[in-house]
Amino acid sequence: MTELAGPTGPAERARRDRPERTFAGTPPFPEAARTALANEQLRANLGRATATIRTKRAAVVAERADWEALRLAGAAIKDEVLRDLPALLEQLERAVQAAGGVVHWARDAAEANSIVAGIVRSNGASEVVKVKSMATQEIELNEALRRDGIDVWETDLAEMIVQLGHDLPSHILVPAIHRNRTEIRDIFIDEMGRAGRPAPEGLTDDPGELAEAARLHLREKFLRARVAVSGANFAVAETGTVVVVESEGNGRMCLTLPEVLITVMGIEKLVPTWRDLEVFLQLLPRSATAERMNPYTSMWTGVTPGDGPRAFHLILLDNGRTDVLSDTVGRQALRCIRCSACLNVCPVYERTGGQAYGSVYPGPIGAILTPQLRGIAKHPVDKQTASLPFASSLCGACFDVCPVRIDIPEVLVHLRGQVVRQSEATHRLPTGEAVAMRAAAWTLRSPGRLGFAERAAGLAGRVFGRRGKLSRIPGPGPVAGWFRARDLRSPARESFRAWWRRTDGGRGRD
Amino acid sequence: MRIALFITCYNDLLFPEVGRATVRLLRRLGHEVEFPSEQTCCGQMHYNSGYQDACIPLVERFVDAFAGYDVVVTPSGSCAAMVRRHHPVVAKLAADRGHGGVGLSERVAAVAPRVLELTELLVDVLGVTDVGSRFPHTVAFHPTCHSTRLLGVEDRPIRLLAAVDGLTLVDLPRAEACCGFGGTFAIKNADTSVAMGRDKVDDVLGSGAEVLTAGDTSCLMHIGGLLSRRRSTVRVMHLAEILAATGTDA
Repeated sequence: MTELAGPTGPAERARRDRPERTFAGTPPFPEAARTALANEQLRANLGRATATIRTKRAAVVAERADWEALRLAGAAIKDEVLRDLPALLEQLERAVQAAGGVVHWARDAAEANSIVAGIVRSNGASEVVKVKSMATQEIELNEALRRDGIDVWETDLAEMIVQLGHDLPSHILVPAIHRNRTEIRDIFIDEMGRAGRPAPEGLTDDPGELAEAARLHLREKFLRARVAVSGANFAVAETGTVVVVESEGNGRMCLTLPEVLITVMGIEKLVPTWRDLEVFLQLLPRSATAERMNPYTSMWTGVTPGDGPRAFHLILLDNGRTDVLSDTVGRQALRCIRCSACLNVCPVYERTGGQAYGSVYPGPIGAILTPQLRGIAKHPVDKQTASLPFASSLCGACFDVCPVRIDIPEVLVHLRGQVVRQSEATHRLPTGEAVAMRAAAWTLRSPGRLGFAERAAGLAGRVFGRRGKLSRIPGPGPVAGWFRARDLRSPARESFRAWWRRTDGGRGRD
Repeated sequence: MRIALFITCYNDLLFPEVGRATVRLLRRLGHEVEFPSEQTCCGQMHYNSGYQDACIPLVERFVDAFAGYDVVVTPSGSCAAMVRRHHPVVAKLAADRGHGGVGLSERVAAVAPRVLELTELLVDVLGVTDVGSRFPHTVAFHPTCHSTRLLGVEDRPIRLLAAVDGLTLVDLPRAEACCGFGGTFAIKNADTSVAMGRDKVDDVLGSGAEVLTAGDTSCLMHIGGLLSRRRSTVRVMHLAEILAATGTDA
């Protein structure tokens, strides 16, 4: 045992004093992306990982002749849930209560976090083990519990790597996707001892050895913890059954060993009936991990005497979701089942990684979900949030793979409109971009004005261009970004419209 | 059959030769095209950049300019997709806003479905895949995102290219990957756009092609700009230019 592992040793104090990182302070996307793009290791790790999962997913999806029908069914069930949400939530509440569970309603992150902390304290516990959960990441539960003096142990392998590395997640399903094996080994060697059982001597980056190190490290936490916190992939309104799907089995350890289980669940995670699960248990694994079926599907209904936790608390989290629901275009984002297929095919995500999005929800789904959860429909949002809907080339690959048919490009464009309108409402003077866009619109409203602009551009091209191309334009400004790595064809000496008029559509003298 | 040409604003300004090639090609196939001079722009830049209100007058102008034609052909998958997929959305927006747009939805519904990207017109309406062109060069084809995912042109361009005399079509690795242009994305997120474009350029250079072609000059402008800065000899050409070629002009 090293001196670093002592409960009152200097490293332990340092760990307690070192706040966990959050996404607060992430710069707007273009700037965060520039930093990420400069990281060659990150791009190599991501490029390899996303290419592998893309290929595998395509193969298992192609096995299903009824894939489109499944997607349509998934979207339709989720739309039904969103339409009937109040009644379904109350049905779920009654069913969970009837099965011996306790249901809590949390308006926002602060309410949810304080409910969790209260349950932990009332059970006399000072630590919790966690099942991988996006909802608890969204509300920054770990940070809140640590402020209350409660230790939080992530038990999903990738979440544990992120937590041990004092890092931030970069992917919904594989939060440590930006790390390779060597980096993971180094994190285990440096950090495991500070958090509990140290890494075995002479640990290599062999996947089997890394998994064994994680297993040993986590085992003592599973056996000791009296309270577990989970999220939920689905909850069945008619029976009150909560569902968690996972690959490792660490989730099931948390769901079955501790005395008390607390589940934090976004209110949109419902399905009306048990039978509806059939659709999603086919859509989710193929889309997420490219598996026909995920290795562990845990389902529980309230408490069962003599089996598993003695107490079950279900926290129903709003945290901006009802605002999203009020937007008829944007609400389709609430169909999301957190599979990450859109991340894995996104050409932007592949280059920038997830941390550039400044949210636990990165990639295309994050670009439409984060601004909405942060209230873009109700009030102006900060610059970082406002930059997210523009973090896309609108290539549409995300929509193609989405198992619940969220038209992500449509929502991106819709949110861009909200950003522009908010900018116009809050700036006393219009921004340079707004002026340029208005001027362009004014020009394009009239063929005469467009023709004049084309003649002017043709002249400018002859003045500034060389051999028919522009390599820079005079002065700074946003358009300068084009020329950092790209030339531009000079505007034509004669526009098509002018040529058509002069030659009678090529029938006359050319 | 009355065919109108929708040239698109950036082809009009930057790539007029694409419009001339389209006219030449269709004329060779025995079809005259008309150029309604009242046309300007489909509004895609404004629509995709968040200035959807500014699109309303552009959509009104579009339906006025192109009403009464049997077919409107455009050498741009992206602009054809804007008209077919998004003009109805803009018309609904105009109705919601309660300004302009009297009956705009009906007028859009009458015009938008008649707007075809060039390869759709050739293969589906005119029923040709061999357009009688000769282009003795090695060519790679980039299936642009909006042609592929929004319009669904599928293998029409490939079938047309395969029938060109003398043309050797080479495989473009990761062809379906976005080139990174994305309209104002290319400027607002220039670094990411360039990173995507450089990977596309690497794939183009690795393919051994002399010419890269596509159904959208906007994407070609971006990829070509990167190739040019790299002083590459690989040329970018619109599909229409290759299909119009007779072997004496290129």
